[in-house]
Amino acid sequence: MLDKVGLKSLDGLYDQIPEDIRFKGDYEIPLGASEIEVRQLFERLGSQNQQMTCFAGYGVYDHYTPSVIPNLLSRSEFLTSYTPYQAEISQGTLHYIFEYQSMMAELTGMDISNASMYDGTTATAEAMLMAVAAGKKQNKVLVSETVNSNTRKVLDTYALHHGVELETIAGKDGVTDIDDLKARLADGGVAGVIVQQPNAYGIIEDYTGFADVCHENKALFIMNSVAADLAVLKTPGEWGADIAVGDGQSLGIPMQYGGPYVGYMCCTEKLIRKMPGRIVGMTNDNRNQRVFVLTLQAREQHIRRQKATSNICSNQSLMALWVTVYLSLMGKQGLKEAAQLSYAGAHYLCDGLMKTGKFHLVYDKPFFNEFLVKYDGDTDALYQRFIEAGILGGVKLDTGILFAVTEKRTKEEIDNLLTIAAL
Amino acid sequence: MNNRLYGNLIFELSKEGRRGCSLPKNYFGDYEIPASMKRTQDAALPECDELTVVRHYTNLSNNNFGVDTGFYPLGSCTMKYNPKINEEIAALPQFQNLHPSQPAQTAMGAKAVVAMLNKALCALTGLAQFTFKPYAGAHGELTGLMVIDNYHRSRGDMARKKVIVPDSAHGTNPASAAVCGLEIIEVKSSPDGLVDLEDLERLVSQEGPNIAAMMMTNPNTLGLFETHIPEIAKLIHDCGGLMYYDGANLNPMLGACRPGDMGFDVMHINLHKTFSTPHGGGGPGAGPVGVRDGLQEFFPFVSPYQGNFGVMMRAYTYILSLGRDQIKNVGPLATLNANYIKESLKDVYELPIDTVCCHEFVFDGLKDKSTGVTTMDVAKRLLDYGYHAPTIYFPLLFHESLMIEPTENESKETLDAFIAVMRKIADEAKDDPELVKSAPHNTPIGRVDDVLAAKHPIVTYKQMMNDAN
Repeated sequence: MLDKVGLKSLDGLYDQIPEDIRFKGDYEIPLGASEIEVRQLFERLGSQNQQMTCFAGYGVYDHYTPSVIPNLLSRSEFLTSYTPYQAEISQGTLHYIFEYQSMMAELTGMDISNASMYDGTTATAEAMLMAVAAGKKQNKVLVSETVNSNTRKVLDTYALHHGVELETIAGKDGVTDIDDLKARLADGGVAGVIVQQPNAYGIIEDYTGFADVCHENKALFIMNSVAADLAVLKTPGEWGADIAVGDGQSLGIPMQYGGPYVGYMCCTEKLIRKMPGRIVGMTNDNRNQRVFVLTLQAREQHIRRQKATSNICSNQSLMALWVTVYLSLMGKQGLKEAAQLSYAGAHYLCDGLMKTGKFHLVYDKPFFNEFLVKYDGDTDALYQRFIEAGILGGVKLDTGILFAVTEKRTKEEIDNLLTIAAL
Repeated sequence: MNNRLYGNLIFELSKEGRRGCSLPKNYFGDYEIPASMKRTQDAALPECDELTVVRHYTNLSNNNFGVDTGFYPLGSCTMKYNPKINEEIAALPQFQNLHPSQPAQTAMGAKAVVAMLNKALCALTGLAQFTFKPYAGAHGELTGLMVIDNYHRSRGDMARKKVIVPDSAHGTNPASAAVCGLEIIEVKSSPDGLVDLEDLERLVSQEGPNIAAMMMTNPNTLGLFETHIPEIAKLIHDCGGLMYYDGANLNPMLGACRPGDMGFDVMHINLHKTFSTPHGGGGPGAGPVGVRDGLQEFFPFVSPYQGNFGVMMRAYTYILSLGRDQIKNVGPLATLNANYIKESLKDVYELPIDTVCCHEFVFDGLKDKSTGVTTMDVAKRLLDYGYHAPTIYFPLLFHESLMIEPTENESKETLDAFIAVMRKIADEAKDDPELVKSAPHNTPIGRVDDVLAAKHPIVTYKQMMNDAN
């Protein structure tokens, strides 16, 4: 091979690199390890992670993953392919993305969906940018105080650099204050309004009238929801949202210390050409077969460069497949049942905590599978007692402890937590 | 891969009342969701038994081509082999079941992986610290530009809003700059395919105090090493800007040259390219951002946790498997493979810049233009022979760009077979051009009607059904 290239040694391949910046030594990384040694190392590291019964949520939930999913996703035709540019040999990917889009549109009650985004927080940021781009001279976006603080921090980051003016809509008793929203909309210049359902404290908010006041003021109504909860909850479409975003992690994706997850973004048909990210559409091939293809690419960075709707290149394809297989297995009934079980478990836990007499709900509002309580004793000590018992006892927020329950939590596990909480 | 299409939608296999899951009974009692908060209609999700679901997705996978199926010389995407051990390690339950807000004391193993990967990436790039928050390459670019914007803002240097990119740059660079609120100025390429230093000097003298950064890949998108990189870095640094390295083309630099030593201050790495994590049909990837010492404090909050931790587990497994002794061979072998293909085909394909390349190179279509066979036709004909097509019509510098990147994993036998097919296609273009122009013939589907898809977008099953009625 070197002969063909006309060189005597591999070193000659880099003769064009100036000598003083060539890397000549050894990298300071460990020596190569065999498969056995690599496995041993990670198993040893794994043993330093404590396996816990999870009652934590705040955007990431411990739902069950049916064994079919990792099995199907390990098929290397899915795993080792790239973005489906060559439609003729990528129908597998294009086809499941079309199914994914169809299912997410169903779940959110919206017209259309894109092929997925990185996660729920960045999908929300993309929705903010979309609203500003769609608005003519409006450069302000309002965010409810009841939106998850992680999402808010990502919004703050994007807004700072992109020059979006972000304002907070006040919360009142744990829910978005519609009077404050109206007052801020009346100030003018608002391109979008962002709310969350269930909100950061797990509360199911009543968004009656929100879409109307947004639309009267030419602002897009953007709703961030926990995907799994939409199996039973009134949908963003029913609330009148223009854009529905959120994280799909709750659809059976393992928590894996923060990622990969998948963000979803759905919207009304009239906003389709403003949407960021990949979109798969139906068409025909020259053999007259129904086929799928990446479409509306004129929105995207590889064509429009700095005028693109977003800089996003990839979708979160494999995780979209994860969600698609999950929704296929759970189906219409299973998804509802899992949501109802999570709801029932959380309310059973909440009732139990109230009975100890040491806790009270921070907000007395309907909640889904997550709720915020205040502990009358030493919260840190209680949290530590949970850890010692192998329980991840919620997420500690400034205002209290936020407990989450999924269909995976058994009555025994919840009773065990209650016993410790009552001590 | 099958050569016949499996075309059913999961919705079309649905039968009322079927299900593919089992759930525990409710032992908690009757807790009812308030009726006013419930959706009025169930989501019309498919209703299928488990076997139907398994067969459906297995059949779909047979319509797909991956690295494990065959050679995937897709330029600038670094489609290297994804070792199987990576997948097993990432799936270890001791890591998979960790909630991201688990306190540090209960996640020491995961924290250690992050710290070790950080250290390894610093050693490999010559930078001081990485943030793992960015989820993908484009997200990394945006994050890196935010670091640069934050740095200038911290100094009260508010006018620095312009980013210089070469005209050969990937479209993401200008798009990321736009999302970051920055403006692009393009620097020309010289006839040898490198940044035109004179044009750069002109831009720097005109725009000096407004320049936030220069953003580039090295080797560039033509696969050529920017030999003037020390001079470029000096020009930019002297005018107060920072140097951003787009890590898309890092692979050939392993064992050759580190971005930190080239003079770059900020970079992102596509773990799914250089560090062997699977592309997954378009993601998830990971785009950690590294900086020179002193810039760590400017890392922005672009995601809540550690980024795509599962991808990081795979990347660190790869680094450990190759280790100090092997990783330095990655760049030279990838570079040798690319040059070998280039030299073996340049008599029949147009090579606009005939010089030693790095991991990839660009042909400007077939040498014989009289046949009317385009780069698109060549790409589609390659599919018939069981190869993925190279990247086509990028970079935009040439009309018929055909960008080939073989990676270090491919054997001489694989490369020789590919070269033989490329030569055969060149022959076919002369002898039977229609055969090439009407390709592909052996794939599950033929050429698709892109215009119809965009003109009348149908992107959900519901729209499809409404359209049919």
